[in-house]
Amino acid sequence: MTTIAPPALTEGRLARDLRLTFVHFRVQLVEMLRTPMAVIGNLVFPSVALLFFVVPQQAIASDPLLATSATAQLSAFAIASTCMFTFGLGVAEDRDKPFFPYLRTLPVGAVPPLAGRVLNGILWSFIALVPLALVGGLLTEATLSWGRLLPTLLAVVGVATPFTLLGLAIGYSMSTKAAIAVVQVSLFPLAFAGGMFMPPEIFPRWLDVLSSYTPTRGARELFVSAATGAPLDAHFAFVLAAWILVFATLVTIAFRRDEGRNFK
Amino acid sequence: MTTPSAAVGTAQDAERQPAVVEVREVTRTFGPVTALDGVSLSVEPGQLVGLLGPNGAGKTTLLSLLSGLRRPDSGTVRIFGGDPRDPAARASLGTTPQETGLPDVLRVGEVVELVARHYPDPMPTGELLERFALGDMLRRQTGSLSGGQKRRLAVALALVGRPRLVLLDEPTTGLDVEARHELWSALRTFHSEGATVVVTSHYLEEIEALAERVVVVGQGRILADDSLSRILATVARRKVLVSLDEAAATELSVALPAVSAPAREGDRFSFLAADADALVRQLVRSGLPFSDLEVRGASLEEAFITLTQESR
Repeated sequence: MTTIAPPALTEGRLARDLRLTFVHFRVQLVEMLRTPMAVIGNLVFPSVALLFFVVPQQAIASDPLLATSATAQLSAFAIASTCMFTFGLGVAEDRDKPFFPYLRTLPVGAVPPLAGRVLNGILWSFIALVPLALVGGLLTEATLSWGRLLPTLLAVVGVATPFTLLGLAIGYSMSTKAAIAVVQVSLFPLAFAGGMFMPPEIFPRWLDVLSSYTPTRGARELFVSAATGAPLDAHFAFVLAAWILVFATLVTIAFRRDEGRNFK
Repeated sequence: MTTPSAAVGTAQDAERQPAVVEVREVTRTFGPVTALDGVSLSVEPGQLVGLLGPNGAGKTTLLSLLSGLRRPDSGTVRIFGGDPRDPAARASLGTTPQETGLPDVLRVGEVVELVARHYPDPMPTGELLERFALGDMLRRQTGSLSGGQKRRLAVALALVGRPRLVLLDEPTTGLDVEARHELWSALRTFHSEGATVVVTSHYLEEIEALAERVVVVGQGRILADDSLSRILATVARRKVLVSLDEAAATELSVALPAVSAPAREGDRFSFLAADADALVRQLVRSGLPFSDLEVRGASLEEAFITLTQESR
C-alpha cells in the first residue's frame, strides 16, 4: 500500500510532544485563570479546617512538631482535593463540550493534553498551599526549616501526581453528574481513612491497618515526613508508588476507550 | 514520527495517487442502533464531495470515523493511507468543532494559535481571520461572538493547518443567507487551491452550491453516489396530494412508474412522483372521482424516503 507521507512532523516525536504539552498546559491554565471561582472553593476549605480545628487547640498549635504535622496533613488533603475536583470534574465537564472531541482530531496523541493537565494539577497544588502555609505559619507554631523546603516541594509533586491521575481516570470514564458524586463520595472517606483530618496515631488498630494501604495515607505520610523531617516508612512509599501505577493505567485505559460523549 | 506502512515512492512520482479517503465495508453500531451498515467509500485527491442525507442517516458517524474520533466495529478506515486513530495520519486533516462549541473564555486569537501549534506550516492568524471576515475579532473572547461569527471561526479552524483533507459537518447550519454564501465562497476558494473536501448537509441547496460529487446516505447505507447533476435529477420529486378513495389511490400508484405508494395525509393521499404531470394526466384520464388536488415540490427528506424504499 502506498502512503502519502504526512508533510509535517519533521521535528522529533519527543520534542514535539514536549512542545505541545506546554501549549496545552498554557491554554488550560488561561482557561482556569479566567474562571477562578472553580478553584477558589478548594483553596479555602483546608485553611478554614486548620483555622477551626487546629488553631484553637493549644496543645497542638503550640507544639512545633504537632502543629507542623497537622498543617502538613491538611496540605496533603488540599492537594488531593484540588486535583480530584479540578481534574475529575474539569475533564468530565470538558467532555460534555463539543470543543473537546474537536481537539482529539488534531494531529496530537493522548499524552500532551494529559501531561498539560498534570502540570496544571501540580501548579494549582502549590497555589492551594499558600493560604495553609500562612495560617499554619502565623497562627500556630508550625515551621518549615530551610532544609525541609526542597523535600516539601518535591513531596507536593509526589502527592499531586496520583490524585491528578485518579481525577483524570474519573473524569474520562463518566459523565459530569456521575463524576461529581464519585469524587465527593470517595474523597472525604479516603482523606479521613488516610489520616488527613485526624492523625493516624489515634486510629484503632483495624483502621490503621486498612489506612496503611490507601493512597491518601501514603500521600499524608510522604508530606508529613517531608515537612517535619521524620523518616518515611518504606511501606508507605511503596504503597504510594503502586497507586500511581494503578491510576496511570486507569487513565490510559479510560482515555483510549473514550470516544467523547457516550450516546446510548 | 513515521507512518506504520512503508512509503513506496512519494506522492509526486506515484503514477496513481492513492485515495485520500478509503472506507471499506464499515459497520458501526451504538447499542441497538446501526449507524453505518457495510459502507464503502473512496475519495480521490482534489474532489469536493457532498454527503447528503436526513438527520440520523449516519453522516456524522462517518465523519467521526474519518477524523479518528471513533473506531468502526468492523471494516477499515484510512486517510492518506493511514489509520486516522494514529495522530500522524491526521497531520493533513482539518475538521470543525460541532455546534459552534468553542471555549467561551478563550480569545479568538488564542483558539486559532492553539490549533496552529499542532501543524508545521499553519496559516498566519491574521490572514486566516481576514479570509473569514473575523479580522477585528482577534482579542474578543469566543463567548462574546455572534452565532454566525462562531460558525465562521469554527470553519476557519478547519483550515488553520493548510490541510489537504477537510471534513465539514453541516458547516452553515443556523447562518443567514448572506453569511452562508460568504462561507461557501471561502470553501470554494480553499478547494480550488487543491484541498479535498468532504461536506455533510441536509440542505440540498448547500450541496448544490459546493459539491461536484454527491453521496446520498440513508439509514446507515449509501443509497446513491454520482455527479451532482444526476443526483439532482434523482431526488427532484414532486408531491401530489389528492382526495380520493383508497382502492383508487393504490390503482393510480401502480399504473405509473416512479410513483411512490400512497401515504395518508389528513383526509388526502399523497404520492411522490418523478413526473407529476404524468400522474395528474393519468388521474384525469382514469375518470376516478377526486377532489382537492395539489402539486408541490417534495422536500429532501421526502425524496430520501423514496430513495430508501427504492433501494430495498
